[in-house]
Amino acid sequence: MITGSFEYHQPGTVPDAIALLSKLGDDARVIAGGHSLIPTMKLRLAMPEHLIDLQACQELKKISVSGGEVCIGAMTTQAELIASEELHQAAPIVRETSLQIADPQVRYMGTLGGNVANGDPGNDMPALMQCLDATFVLSGPDGERTVLAREFYEAAYFTARDDLEILTEARFPVCAGGYSYEKQKRKIGDYATAAAAVLLSKGGDGGCETASIALTNLADTPIYCQQASEHLVQNGVSDASIADAVTSAMGQIDPVDDNRGPAEFKRHAAAIILQRAIQQAWSRA
Amino acid sequence: MSATAESVQERRAALKGLGTSRKRVEDARFTQGKGNYVDDIKLPDMLFGDFVRSQHAHARVKSIDTSAAIELPGVIAVLTAKDLEPLSLHWMPTLAGDKQMVLADGKVLFQGQEVAFVVAEDRYIAADAVDLVKVEYEELPVLVDPFKAELPDAPILREDIADEKEGAHGARRHPNHIFTWEQGDKAGTEAVIGEADVVAEEMVYYHRTHPCPMETCGSVASMDKVNGKLTLWGTFQAPHVVRTVASLLSGIAEHNIRVVSPDIGGGFGNKVGVYPGYVCSIVASIVTGQPVKWVEDRMENLSATAFARDYWMQGKIAATKEGKILGLWCHTTADHGAFDACADPTKYPAGFMSICTGSYDIPTAYLAVDGIYTNKAPGGVAYRCSFRVTEAAYFIERMIEVLAIKLNMDAAELRAKNFIRKDQFPYQSALGWEYDSGDYHTAWDKALDAVGYKQLRAEQAQQVEDFKAGKTRKLMGVGLCHFTEIVGAGPVKNCDILGMGMFDSCEIRIHPTGSALARLGTISQGQGHATTFAQILASEIGISADDITIEEGDTDTAPYGLGTYGSRSTPVAGAATAMAGRKIRAKAQMIAAYLLEVHDNDLEWEVDRFVVKGAPERFKTMKEIAYASYNQAIPGVEPGLEAVSYYDPPNMTYPFGAYICVMDIDVDTGEAGVRQFYALDDCGTRINPMIIEGQVHGGLTEALAIAMGQEIAYDELGNVKTGTLMDFFIPTSWETPNYQTDYTETPSPHHPIGAKGVGESPNVGGVPAFSNAVNDAFRAFGLTHTHMPHDHWRIWQTANKLGLHN
Repeated sequence: MITGSFEYHQPGTVPDAIALLSKLGDDARVIAGGHSLIPTMKLRLAMPEHLIDLQACQELKKISVSGGEVCIGAMTTQAELIASEELHQAAPIVRETSLQIADPQVRYMGTLGGNVANGDPGNDMPALMQCLDATFVLSGPDGERTVLAREFYEAAYFTARDDLEILTEARFPVCAGGYSYEKQKRKIGDYATAAAAVLLSKGGDGGCETASIALTNLADTPIYCQQASEHLVQNGVSDASIADAVTSAMGQIDPVDDNRGPAEFKRHAAAIILQRAIQQAWSRA
Repeated sequence: MSATAESVQERRAALKGLGTSRKRVEDARFTQGKGNYVDDIKLPDMLFGDFVRSQHAHARVKSIDTSAAIELPGVIAVLTAKDLEPLSLHWMPTLAGDKQMVLADGKVLFQGQEVAFVVAEDRYIAADAVDLVKVEYEELPVLVDPFKAELPDAPILREDIADEKEGAHGARRHPNHIFTWEQGDKAGTEAVIGEADVVAEEMVYYHRTHPCPMETCGSVASMDKVNGKLTLWGTFQAPHVVRTVASLLSGIAEHNIRVVSPDIGGGFGNKVGVYPGYVCSIVASIVTGQPVKWVEDRMENLSATAFARDYWMQGKIAATKEGKILGLWCHTTADHGAFDACADPTKYPAGFMSICTGSYDIPTAYLAVDGIYTNKAPGGVAYRCSFRVTEAAYFIERMIEVLAIKLNMDAAELRAKNFIRKDQFPYQSALGWEYDSGDYHTAWDKALDAVGYKQLRAEQAQQVEDFKAGKTRKLMGVGLCHFTEIVGAGPVKNCDILGMGMFDSCEIRIHPTGSALARLGTISQGQGHATTFAQILASEIGISADDITIEEGDTDTAPYGLGTYGSRSTPVAGAATAMAGRKIRAKAQMIAAYLLEVHDNDLEWEVDRFVVKGAPERFKTMKEIAYASYNQAIPGVEPGLEAVSYYDPPNMTYPFGAYICVMDIDVDTGEAGVRQFYALDDCGTRINPMIIEGQVHGGLTEALAIAMGQEIAYDELGNVKTGTLMDFFIPTSWETPNYQTDYTETPSPHHPIGAKGVGESPNVGGVPAFSNAVNDAFRAFGLTHTHMPHDHWRIWQTANKLGLHN
């Protein structure tokens, strides 16, 4: 459980970090909170020769809400997401989700950027970002570009981020209505057996005005359930429409057997978790 | 001045002796990070060892190329079996009479097996060098299922002993078979089962798990070539035994070996065994002439160092229609992994599994255990239990439930109907044990009353109705357990480890100013010996526990003892402490008599002094006596005040307890929550109630882990699937329920202070209580038994098979 040798770099600004990354190329890895990368390095499954630590890049540590948009810097820790009242007012689902990530010690180090950029299907933030319809900002040698969270994930650990880019920011609209992040896990610190992020808003007629559903750790990427979301908007929220939405979402998942259980169990649990998340979000809408 | 009644009480309280919830004296250093563990030991020129381990579960080792590793700057040596062979240290004897490879000798037999030992200037270089050792393997078919071990196409694992028809424990019927161990009356039991009104049968599997102490195993060996002395610091639960074994293996005279167990960060049986890392650190220090440290990491600890359990227990229990148990039959298939390295007293290859008649008066019983080799890590240690007692307790407490189902009877009532009655003690069990004392009915009734048992059953019945009516998706389980432990190994006449009788010892020195030093043959790993042994002594010799230093773990200073495991410290070393204290007091009485110019018999002991009978104003305190013993010539009495006692217990002790767990189960997600847990323990005389309570909380939490998710699982290729704490369940405070502790006090009649030991009871009794609760939740739907661990998916699967998701 000892990593291979590596050179450690701590650039002070994002441009410096990008310059380093461009120079060092494939031999370098960017490190944020390190909770995915360091264990991988300790197992020597990853042996980067250079680590570029972003913790000194102060511009990546921020939470702002203005003009109906929330903007979170990549190096904002989960503990900071939990602590921010401003963020809680704008998007309470973020605190609810963050509190279900690992344990307090991990959350003091773990960052939003690391969690979403790594592409680990077990991470909770990717589905949350898809649910929030977030936009990721990527900075590279050729400048900045944006990618929708719903289009960012390609396969496990494969994302739309280019190797020479750094994910610097996530932006999403301020939420309205009810929310829920339901997660079944074996214990504190575990990844989800199944988890669901749900945002629902109620129209003046009592119908469902907007709906957004995304799922964690039920395929090799997070899953945005567009059809299920639209179904609730079209049909309103009732036991029957929830059942249909769940059935639709379950059509998209592809869980695998692991120590959390066989796929058959996960399918069942995922349906229950999603059903509960929709019910809770609706009760808060 | 006369000693008033009040002042006697005050003086007694000042001693902080038996029955005092004295704060743990160890905690000041532990809570401040000032403990001194093996990995804290740093010596000049110390080198670091690290293992190349097998990624295969079964393979022939074709070649090992160490050249690239040796060339890495900072690497001092790379040892393989070939290097150890001239010293005859490429294999080592196990505690169970088998032998084990120290480094792979021609083949590997489990994933994680030690193949080569890299020695380098620091642990980072060592880790890099491990990657540079090239091992060429030829994979062999893997055997993970013990029930397939004797099939015609089964691979032969132990080619070294394939032709040996006799093992350490009798005849072997197959190269993959280790032993058959039989106890009790086979024919009689089978006859009873054949004729009984009711017979319940079940296969009860106690899965493979691991003690997983917070501190992993490690050692620092330092061979001083000038004076020929070897010093070995290590995570040893039995340092004296390690010294003897090290002497026998290395040929170094025993007086030239000093073994030290420093602070130990939890043992739970994991640190009883002798591991290749210890041997390699010694050899490496002898070879290099420099100290060598080896400390395993968590994955190595989980995958290679001493698992626990892995017993498949096929049971039959016979009873009358009214529920009187007539006979118990058990056949156990014991998966011992690649080497038989179980830590059991020599004559007990399946430990004290024969305590499996539990708390019940069962007239006829038979037990057979077959030990089997598989391609899994060796071990079979007693994880917070006396040798295989937790397997036995789980077995009988499941069989009682299965029988209750068959009889359509309440399981609490069935237990009460069959308990050994108070007037039957000392009780001879059908499998050969003499239970020393107990009062099971009193404890049981107290427990049932405390939880409101009848109301719980009424509530449960209502919930079943509600479930069937679609009003809830939750079920409620009431897990009952009445366990009897057998601890305190043990009488030298039948208990030994590698030929060394399982006595224990205490040596006491009273200092001239009336404080004391006591040294014992045991070693605390968190039990709080420095606190509790001082309390035993305080009550015996009238010196405050605060003025008594307890030392353990250094074989150069401590008297020989067999160490700490199997809840044996209080029953054996605790007894030695009391007996040594009584020797001190006997001599003190002679000194006091001289000082008071009376006959010995004219004195009586009162808390901390000898008082002249009928003249309470005439007395000598222990402090005065201690001073006099060193400074005053007393005719016929040697100066000084010291004593040593080696205690050979006349019998085991038999702690017991009544546990009840109320659990709520989500049928859809398989999640289970403990609503209430009541634990009544009877450990005889209670030395420190606070420490007992702490032990019970800790043991119950380990029991929760084991019952609800903790396992060492292998895939069909022998890969360890649960080698990290992500998958190996250790509960956090979040998963840990509240515990409600209680007690009765039935002293052991043969122990000097009546104490029985408690550290392991909650693990032994907790596992069946949790598991029974899960099983009980589904009883109304036709479930008889489902295997542990009861993690979410297995509970879900149980519900699914019962049709509860339709």
